[in-house]
Amino acid sequence: MSTPTVRALGRFASAEAHRNGGPCLCEGLADTPAHVLADRPDATVVRHGPVVAKAHAADTDPGELSVRAGVAAHPALAHVLLAPLTRSAVTADGRPVTFWPYGLPVDPRAPRDAPWEATATLLAALHAVPTDVLPGPLPPMRGPLKAARAVERMRGAGEHPDARAVEAAWAALPAWARAESPAPGRSLCHGDLHLGQLVRDPGGDGSWRLIDIDDMGEGDPAWDLARPAAWFACGLLAPDDWTRFLGAYRAAGGAAVPAEGDPWPALDVPARALTVQTAALAIAKSVAEHRELDADERDVIDACARIAHLPDELTPAPTK
Amino acid sequence: MQCPKCGAPMHTYNRNGVQIEQCSGCRGIFLDYGELESLTRLESQWSQQAPPAPPQQGYPVAPAPAWGAPRHGGHHGHHGHHNRGFGRMLFSS
Ligand SMILES: [Zn+2]
Repeated sequence: MSTPTVRALGRFASAEAHRNGGPCLCEGLADTPAHVLADRPDATVVRHGPVVAKAHAADTDPGELSVRAGVAAHPALAHVLLAPLTRSAVTADGRPVTFWPYGLPVDPRAPRDAPWEATATLLAALHAVPTDVLPGPLPPMRGPLKAARAVERMRGAGEHPDARAVEAAWAALPAWARAESPAPGRSLCHGDLHLGQLVRDPGGDGSWRLIDIDDMGEGDPAWDLARPAAWFACGLLAPDDWTRFLGAYRAAGGAAVPAEGDPWPALDVPARALTVQTAALAIAKSVAEHRELDADERDVIDACARIAHLPDELTPAPTK
Repeated sequence: MQCPKCGAPMHTYNRNGVQIEQCSGCRGIFLDYGELESLTRLESQWSQQAPPAPPQQGYPVAPAPAWGAPRHGGHHGHHGHHNRGFGRMLFSS
């Protein structure tokens, strides 16, 4: 179960947690599976006591990662992004490693406690930061690239009867949303927002912070609202929760949508892209796991089919 | 009329000529298919024009895109549904 990368990260995290000497009182946490927070090609994350070590994807641009870490450490974002610890490392196979304080995540078993307002307020603050005070050059936000990679992964997984609907919905998106041309927008964006991207700040009062800087950069801030928007549109997120989230974002002066009126002209393209991304990953995973799509995945595929059959007059012109 | 899902009384309100039944208990919304099409058409018009007039009574429906899931009481009792998808779908890239 334990890969060389996981073992190396455990040693890195342990060393960082105990850099001032003293015995380890963390009860042998380093290599136990419970403390492998993630182990994927794009992110291996291991916790030792108060320290989290993250190995980024092998193709990570070290310069861009350094700028993104510098943004997370910048005082202008002290109440928005979790700040990294100062050191860094590299795994034997060349993946860059960053270190972070461990903070408690959102509980996936308690939907009623989901911090929708906090998430929205953090995003509004992130989108409001003037980028010219930050380290640079700020790379582009990678949301569209992630959507394109999800579609590539679906294509590589093999035949699936629902792939056509996903491809049709993908083809209807403007080029920028498919990472085929530069994206609009000059706001600082998270780029991969979901509820796993919040932790409580262990150093302060325990308020929420955003984590995971790998896709952060300059772009259209509506992309950060697109996942909740897509979940709402697909019927996975209750209208009340969506209304709380959007209302809090607007109350905090968020730049991605107009302060009043229908938000969908701003949200539609990113929300359709996230719907395609989610559907493509669902198909890729179901093929790899030799299983049927479940009801939630089916809802997202059905949304792709409706997108694919939108009459032309309901498809916003791809001018943005 | 009583809610077919939870049995609480339904309230009727009118939104731009479309009759909407909303449950006072579970807040589920019930429409006929013809009404759903009218609403979808209206909402896509709203996205291009001025914001809609507020409904005369009851809870407003959050605007949704034309490709959104039909919010029909019989198919999407959204409370239970929302809890089912919460853990996995809302926490992963
Ligand atoms: Zn220790």
